[in-house]
Amino acid sequence: MLSLENITRIIHEWLNSHFNPAIALDTEFVLVGVASITLFALLGLSLVWMERKVAAVMQIRLGPNRVGPKGIFQTTADTLKLLMKEGLVPDGADKFLFNLAPFIVMIVAMLILAPIAFAKNFQIWDINIGVLYLSAISSLSVIGILMAGWASNSKYSLLGAMRSGAQIVSYELSAGLSVLSIVVLTGSLSIKDIILSQQNGWWIFKAHIPALISFIIFIIAVTAETNRAPFDMAEAESELTAGFHTEYSGMRFALFFLAEYINIFIVCAIGATLFFGGWMPLHIGSWQAFNHIMDYIPSSIWFLGKTIGLIFLIMWFRWTFPRLRIDQLLNLEWKYLLPISMFNLLLTSLVAIMGWYF
Amino acid sequence: MIEEIGRTTEGDLIINIGPQHPATHGVLHLVITLNGETIKKVEPHLGYIHRSIEKMCESLSYRQFIYVTSRMDYLSSHINNHACALCVEKGLQIEPPQRAQYIRVIMDELTRIASHELWWGAMAMDLGAFTPFFHAFRERETITDIMEKTCGARLTMNYMVPGGVMAELHPGFQRDVERFIQLYKSKFEEYSELVTGNVIFQNRMKSVGVLSKEDAISYGCSGPVGRASGVSCDIRKLYPYDIYNKVEFDEITETEGDSYARYVVRLKEIQQSIRIIEQLLGNIPEGDFQAKTKAVLKLPKGEFYQRVETARGELGVYIVSEGGTTPYRIKFRSPGFSNLSALEHMVKGLKIGDLIAAMGSLDLVIPDIDR
Amino acid sequence: MFLKDYIKDVYGAVSSLLKGMRMTGYYFTHHKEIITEQYPDNRETLKIADRFRGEVVLLHDENNEHACTGCSACEIACPNGTIKIINKFDISPEGKKKKAIDTFVYHLELCTMCNLCIEACPTDAIKMAQTFEHSVYDRSKLTKKLNNEGSKLREGIE
Repeated sequence: MLSLENITRIIHEWLNSHFNPAIALDTEFVLVGVASITLFALLGLSLVWMERKVAAVMQIRLGPNRVGPKGIFQTTADTLKLLMKEGLVPDGADKFLFNLAPFIVMIVAMLILAPIAFAKNFQIWDINIGVLYLSAISSLSVIGILMAGWASNSKYSLLGAMRSGAQIVSYELSAGLSVLSIVVLTGSLSIKDIILSQQNGWWIFKAHIPALISFIIFIIAVTAETNRAPFDMAEAESELTAGFHTEYSGMRFALFFLAEYINIFIVCAIGATLFFGGWMPLHIGSWQAFNHIMDYIPSSIWFLGKTIGLIFLIMWFRWTFPRLRIDQLLNLEWKYLLPISMFNLLLTSLVAIMGWYF
Repeated sequence: MIEEIGRTTEGDLIINIGPQHPATHGVLHLVITLNGETIKKVEPHLGYIHRSIEKMCESLSYRQFIYVTSRMDYLSSHINNHACALCVEKGLQIEPPQRAQYIRVIMDELTRIASHELWWGAMAMDLGAFTPFFHAFRERETITDIMEKTCGARLTMNYMVPGGVMAELHPGFQRDVERFIQLYKSKFEEYSELVTGNVIFQNRMKSVGVLSKEDAISYGCSGPVGRASGVSCDIRKLYPYDIYNKVEFDEITETEGDSYARYVVRLKEIQQSIRIIEQLLGNIPEGDFQAKTKAVLKLPKGEFYQRVETARGELGVYIVSEGGTTPYRIKFRSPGFSNLSALEHMVKGLKIGDLIAAMGSLDLVIPDIDR
Repeated sequence: MFLKDYIKDVYGAVSSLLKGMRMTGYYFTHHKEIITEQYPDNRETLKIADRFRGEVVLLHDENNEHACTGCSACEIACPNGTIKIINKFDISPEGKKKKAIDTFVYHLELCTMCNLCIEACPTDAIKMAQTFEHSVYDRSKLTKKLNNEGSKLREGIE
């Protein structure tokens, strides 16, 4: 059967049988790099298109419908336009940092990709502290944003960057705590183990109330961490025009723009992995026939489906809610989410110790 | 100049909100002094869209100058035209026929609804919710379609003339308006579900930009802004013109004076406008739609003043006539100007986000402020 | 009690957010609510109100005759100087001089569609047309001559 797992195995075996292992490993690195950059480009383009379509239908409009069928090439055309635009560097900007910032944001987004399992046995780097790695890396993107805000020499950018700093640092806490509750239940930090532990049912069903609470907290926290509405304080176009990327244009702007969507994809992939079993098909207890049918759907489809479902949820938030104010944003975190998630971690530990899950 | 005032001696930031900024809905320029995110000072700079409408009107005849006033507060252009027509009629001492008065009032109220609808969408957009904007336009579109059918234009109608209205209502007018009222009533629930009831929205609006009753009076705030602070200032009730003394409607007043109160006043005003339209729609008397006037209008020597209630507040038209065919001097008292002047008082010590919320709740139309 | 209020707060907040999401979710699943008009594609089915003010036209009948006497009432009524009427004097077969329009100049670029000229016209010679696609590449094309070549005043209109 042609699956992602087989394709990688075939390539691996072919390379090792024709070249010496060092060259084969190097070639594999290059291939993975090329594959992930391609994936990024495709993801960015398709998610932007998806967001525009979702927004349009919710706003009783049609959305892009001119370039290609249903407008699917609209984002490609936009990217080409951005590529050809002049990238201006404002006077008085710190040129080095200004040019570096979008790449930092992009590289951070790429780094998080490593431990994510896209399909059965299809993972770039199966590291035993996968979840820790994810939490550690995902908070790095704030450095790029602060860099962009500072280097632009614009007050709008500076305010946006400072907001973003405060926001990401605080929401990191509850995102981490809600991820911890799954770690407590699984007893492992490895992404692979977490997925395998959901063989007989996803955690959101198996661990009922605590998992549901931590999922809700997780989705709120990652919405804030990716600077999406209703937490888009860093951009807040009606207040700060465009926040930290006000002064960016051309391809540098496009990199910020793409990084935003890739970040969404990654946090949703993490959410799908932790709470919805990653590539694990939907299994219900002892229904053998049902489980068997579900196994026929390829694991990559399961993973993508769950991730896109969560992405849709985050888009749904964006096109429904007004934006919070900066102090309300921090209130929500420190007065509501953090106490609840700490309490929830206790509850989860209790559930895990007593074995009150299925 | 700008570089010099970039930073004050205390190290506060000075930021220009506008003249090109998504939140100002036009070319308003606010110079705000910030301490971190906290606002210390707001200084509106005006004049970016000053077209000297008052001076232009001095060279136009009494028939011609009315169309220019549509360009002041373009969202309530009917009401601006109505004010000018009333003022000229006062000078000529003519009274438009009953039918014309009914049509004028219905058109005024439709304009008011359309203006408040647009404001509702723009307000939500200021707070970062985009969807309500499109939903508001769906209902507003029905009104602009009615305007297009009767008046021939969608925004700058120029339908009111001294002595009545320019043309007869279009044949299906009553049916169209009834259809709009039906549509609006079926969608009204949506407004509260999407925006009013939303916890984020309420937190952003409640006790933000508070304006006390005394301050509202001393700043000269009128319209929904004044009424939200508890000032009873509805010109339609206080100095009724045309047939406003014959219709039943409530003057909406709130006491809180915050952005949320201003929001609620406008939403309730839409309901009252619909109530007025429903009372008048079936009872438009037969007759002429325009009084007989001379081809060339000449106002007698003297001064004439007429005030009306636009969607934003009190609009005053002051004409000085030397007895010729053109006014000697015209002055408009626009509601937006005095409402804007209260902004600094409202937002001092609050955050940038509150400035945007408070500014949205003032419902500013910049060409109305600058003229 | 503090905890009770806290939970009530959270519950109220979440339920108000869910209400909003139900509303947008309804529109996401009900595609027939979409109100977009695909303008350049629906030119054939586009309904424009009869009174829509698009531009001023001078009405000609099948004999290439119009009703404009050249009285300049519209020119006087116009607030912007949009209309300029240039008159000439026709010599009738009897040898009498008769006033007629030579050129009815209309500056579309100045016109604000206020309808005052139509109101002022004593012979209903001009009216508002329902065209609205006025964009051209050259500004001079917006200055129009409204009377057709060789047209003349209809009989019996003074």
